[in-house]
Amino acid sequence: MEPKTKAKVQNPKDLEKTMKGIIARKKEGEKVIRVCIGTGCAAKGSRRLYELFCEAAAESGQDIKIETKCVGCHGFCERGPIVVIEPGNIFYQRVEEPDVAEIFRETVLGGRVVDRLLYEDPTSGKKATTEEDIPFYKVQHRIVLAGNGVIDPTNIEDYISVGGYSALAKALTDMTPEQIIDEVEKSGLRGRGGGGFPTARKWRSCREAEGELKFVICNGDEGDPGAFMDRSLMEGNPHSVLEGMIIGAYAIGSSQGYIYVRNEYPLAVEHLRRAIEQSRERGFLGENILGSGLNFDIRINRGGGAFVCGESTALMASLEGRAGEPRAKYVHTVEHGLRDLPTNLNNVETWANIPTIITRGGSWFASIGTEGSKGTKVFSLVGKITNTGLVEVPMGIRLRQIVEDIGGGVQEGKAFKAVQTGGPSGGCIPSEYLDAPVDFDELTKLGSMMGSGGMIVMDEETCMVNVAKYFLGFLKDESCGKCTPCREGIPQMLHILQRITKGEGEEGDLEKLEVLAELLADAALCALGKTAANPVLSTLRYFRQEYEEHIQNKRCPAKECRGLFIYVINEEKCTGCGICRRNCPVEAISGEKKSPHLIDQEKCTKCGTCIEKCPFTAIMKV
Amino acid sequence: MGKKLIEEIIHRYDGDSGMLIPMMQDLQSKHGYLPAEELRVLSKLLMIPLSRIYQVATFYASFRLAPKGQHEVTLCMGTVCYLKGADRISESICKEYSIEPGGTTSDRLFTLQAVNCVGACALAPVMIVDGKYHDGVTPDKALKIISKLQPKENSESEGG
Repeated sequence: MEPKTKAKVQNPKDLEKTMKGIIARKKEGEKVIRVCIGTGCAAKGSRRLYELFCEAAAESGQDIKIETKCVGCHGFCERGPIVVIEPGNIFYQRVEEPDVAEIFRETVLGGRVVDRLLYEDPTSGKKATTEEDIPFYKVQHRIVLAGNGVIDPTNIEDYISVGGYSALAKALTDMTPEQIIDEVEKSGLRGRGGGGFPTARKWRSCREAEGELKFVICNGDEGDPGAFMDRSLMEGNPHSVLEGMIIGAYAIGSSQGYIYVRNEYPLAVEHLRRAIEQSRERGFLGENILGSGLNFDIRINRGGGAFVCGESTALMASLEGRAGEPRAKYVHTVEHGLRDLPTNLNNVETWANIPTIITRGGSWFASIGTEGSKGTKVFSLVGKITNTGLVEVPMGIRLRQIVEDIGGGVQEGKAFKAVQTGGPSGGCIPSEYLDAPVDFDELTKLGSMMGSGGMIVMDEETCMVNVAKYFLGFLKDESCGKCTPCREGIPQMLHILQRITKGEGEEGDLEKLEVLAELLADAALCALGKTAANPVLSTLRYFRQEYEEHIQNKRCPAKECRGLFIYVINEEKCTGCGICRRNCPVEAISGEKKSPHLIDQEKCTKCGTCIEKCPFTAIMKV
Repeated sequence: MGKKLIEEIIHRYDGDSGMLIPMMQDLQSKHGYLPAEELRVLSKLLMIPLSRIYQVATFYASFRLAPKGQHEVTLCMGTVCYLKGADRISESICKEYSIEPGGTTSDRLFTLQAVNCVGACALAPVMIVDGKYHDGVTPDKALKIISKLQPKENSESEGG
């Protein structure tokens, strides 16, 4: 819903008045239907649900006020589409089109709960009526994600009604730029994009850098495969990112900001664009913001689909209209960044933390987390895990709590093998370290890293050599090619891994990999190359035996590498239906109807068609 | 078309050559790809060497120098999709239609795009067909979805 009045907010007092006005207009006793339109839920048809609820509300003719609104990602994508009804905060999951009429009749009009659409705990069988009752949410501590799933990201009034832009008002009236930086310093906030550099130190250097014109940039080029927290923030609460940037611009002394968003995130671009427009209309962007004399505006740039542009200097090159090649960083971007001018770049989640730090104070923020890592971190918990989704947890939480309590353990009761963090620059952490606390320094000690917060769970059927090969293949494609170690080193390592996974590994391969890895870390130009070997090094560190098994015995213990295991038919389970025989592309399967079939290992090409087609799970990998 | 469109696009960004990438993105969204003739005009008007424009066009994965098919099939190759078998899906589509990832079928029915991660990991493996997300895709399911694609009467992406 578009805001009704678009008058500029002149000053902080005016903002308070506007906020009270919005809340007063939301009549007491109003019913609210919140439909999640995050990419996950939308993919499962939630937009249509929204339309149906709107129609139902329009047709009901009841004398009650019903507001139907689209909200951003709740995080529990596994259970989408999600619909929440107020009053009662009733959390319905896996809602389908035919359910709309029932929810409307029973819950919205009748105030009764539709039991079958509630979340059911798979272990206890208990139903959860509200989000708070669901184990997935219980351990979480939502600061950055607090507004997601509650506010309509396309309506600035919704953001203002929950206190939005009041941090900006406070910063502009009660604080000097130095005080803001001090507060951020007190909070201990470190960059959420992966590096973990202290945010306040970056801001201060940029503030102190010489130059009239300075830039602030929001890095929304979330490239780590498996990480989607920034996408969900930009889609679900874009104003929190803008507010953080405006406060940052005031503290640093910048008049122009940029948001660099991945091309693959069209909804994030749309929501940010709308948010910027509405923010301008209300006077939070533009000239003389809230009567403070601050002039600042923001522009959106879409990325071109290059992973390396998540690196700050490459991103700036891209913003200048050039190929996104990084440069050496001994010249700091806070002094010589975009167009050679002082530039402060932070990640989406970092910016989104700022308003809360200003409102609630740096010491409050610092009271959460560990010695070296304060506050919370959003992770995208994905892979072979029961509850896939976005989780926000205090720093220092044990990995086990995330995987077991929030994630509900590994899918289909399989055994946990490792969790991969940090994207292609990170590493795999095995089960022995599940009790390690999650923070910047601990993850680094384990040979992985925080990264932007992707957390990919792997089960016993995941081959770690194959995982390392996947990441190197990814990085080979994404290496910009500017420096030789990265351009030539990664393909060499990949070549060795390809041989190993094909059963052509040789003695000495692992040592070669280690030498190349060291070379990359020492000699590559940017973080992409320097950390490229991490997935190999960490899997070698914890799963060396698995590599050796591939090389010496030509066997893949996880039975994933084609050719390094065989398919056989379990005679007891085989019903002789003949489906595998008919689908085998090389006629390697024989057998009489209704009697167990047999695979001819000489002919079998290990394509895996039979195991996919067998309706009785009678085919096994050995 | 041609020059007028490019002038309009350049004007949209106040002629700032730093906005080359957004300009090229706008041009591509108009044509579905970057026609060589139009790039030449862009180079002249912006006074940027054509070689640099091509450097940008070939550096970024989202730019295309050839017309795409009538439908767009995007396969996510992110870590989670890969763990759940995205490579096998890609293999079977490529085999069935004799194309490579990034390629277009000979009848220009569809272009197969393999992208790094669409950030919809809860739906893995994900395939996006003309903007519609399909979740939990298997090689069979993918082929079934693609086999339902119909040729369009008027091809949208004609050359410039």
